[in-house]
Amino acid sequence: MMNLNMIQIVMKRQLHSYFATPIAYVFILMFLVLAGVFTFYLGHFFEKSQADLSAFFNFHPWLYLFFMPAIAMGLWAPERQLGTIELLMTLPIGAVNALVGKFMAAWLFAGIALVLTFPIWMTVAYLGDPDNGVIIGGYLGSWLMAGGFLAIGTCMSVCSKNQIVAFILTVVVCFLFMVSGVPMVLDAFAWAPQAMIDFIAGISLLTRFDAIARGVLDLRDIAYFALLITTWLYLAYVLLQRNKAK
Amino acid sequence: MIQVENLTKQFDDFTAVDNLSFTVEPGEVLGFLGPNGAGKSTTMKMITGFIDPTAGRVSVFGKSVSEQPLFAQQQMGYLPEGAPAYGEMSVLAFLSFIADVRGLKGSQKQERLDVVVEQVQLASVLHKTIDTLSKGFARRVGLAQAIIHNPQILILDEPTDGLDPNQKHQVRELIKGLAKDKIVIISTHILEEVSAVCTRALIINQGRLLLDGKPDELEKQSRHHNAICLQLASDEQDAEAQLKSIANIDSVESLDDRTFMIFPKDGQMLLPQVVRFLDEKKWDVENLHLEKGRLEDVFRNVTAQSHSNQVTGKGE
Repeated sequence: MMNLNMIQIVMKRQLHSYFATPIAYVFILMFLVLAGVFTFYLGHFFEKSQADLSAFFNFHPWLYLFFMPAIAMGLWAPERQLGTIELLMTLPIGAVNALVGKFMAAWLFAGIALVLTFPIWMTVAYLGDPDNGVIIGGYLGSWLMAGGFLAIGTCMSVCSKNQIVAFILTVVVCFLFMVSGVPMVLDAFAWAPQAMIDFIAGISLLTRFDAIARGVLDLRDIAYFALLITTWLYLAYVLLQRNKAK
Repeated sequence: MIQVENLTKQFDDFTAVDNLSFTVEPGEVLGFLGPNGAGKSTTMKMITGFIDPTAGRVSVFGKSVSEQPLFAQQQMGYLPEGAPAYGEMSVLAFLSFIADVRGLKGSQKQERLDVVVEQVQLASVLHKTIDTLSKGFARRVGLAQAIIHNPQILILDEPTDGLDPNQKHQVRELIKGLAKDKIVIISTHILEEVSAVCTRALIINQGRLLLDGKPDELEKQSRHHNAICLQLASDEQDAEAQLKSIANIDSVESLDDRTFMIFPKDGQMLLPQVVRFLDEKKWDVENLHLEKGRLEDVFRNVTAQSHSNQVTGKGE
């Protein structure tokens, strides 16, 4: 059912549409500036005098909370609003390929923004002798987390014709996924059976990313993000079939 | 061949398409007629696999559209209502994207792009952003995207809507040029379009099929079929009453003092009788012509009828 060629064609078009206006460049610039501000001021990168990027990675969930919904909101909402969805869904592409292609474009866009943070890596490499394997693991984990946020955003973009509504819905859902592991939330579920508490703690992005930011990316983390992405994209597929003509 | 069998689409408690059945063969240009909200677009959306029917089925060359949408979509070119396109792309980038989806590659792709740009005359706007185009150009981009892969089946939802008379003429010529061995389905509420390009017309209203026939057959059902329009050079006394005395005349309407519309009984050909009569009376004739019939009459007649049946419940 998946057709790589079609996915690639859709992805190419979507990427083209990202870079068709200067907004994409402004967006990436904003991302880089904020990533720098977080790392150097809030993360006390220099004061820590550690040759690692934990000060940089620690803030990624919060950075992504607003940047990823902005990337994903335009994937489907305008297609429905402007009626181009009727064209897209009557071309011999297939809904799965269209969905995955668009998601991949957003994910690649996020990847480009992430790669452009490389001067921070260069800084730490210049000042000290960091463990590059840990840093690569951190980047990979961060990119996987971006994928999770974007999958949620894809689903929300299918839900609403309005990009702003899609943006806000995505922020809310991503936030819930982030904080579900912190003690405050878990205390609120004290009445629930242990299995449910474990589940809620288990889906938390923040807890999971903590380890990744310190450079521990194990197979379970990869499986977690793969599952997160597949689940939300599947939900998006179901909603797309239901909403496309509305 | 497209087969539509007992097609029904319900949105909540509103029935948009109601038990519609028809077949279209290669070589036919089918005009899909009906007032706004008759179910034309909904039917087209089901034929192209955009929405699934509530009941019934559509098959394209023997394969069900609901079960194998990709097969049907590969055979088709489709211009949705309003010709949606990605506004931020240039015309060339957009058509190139469609060509990629249609599996065109290399020199073949370039060749088809050239042909289509020539056919719908897009050369002057090829590098412009679609958002900046006039309505006429935007519609032509929509047409170009639909025909780029030279499809066996072409489905056009109001292809000439918003075009000026010259552009309308161009689009009709284009459709006529394409149609030889293809299936073309056009929805429209412009009746002259049907007479101009279609080999067959379907009139639907409230999702139901009301009439199906060749445009000239449908015209024969009009009360204007074989009516004679007569304009006299000078005023004649009691002209209307005298004209009524001709045998087999149903009625005479005077359009002004010297112009009359003569309606024959049951659409008979009365031109020789009328000419003989004018000869005998020695009236000077300024203009005399025979009406073929007006599709508009038939359209208004059947759609109004179906409305009143709906109100009185006779249509059930």
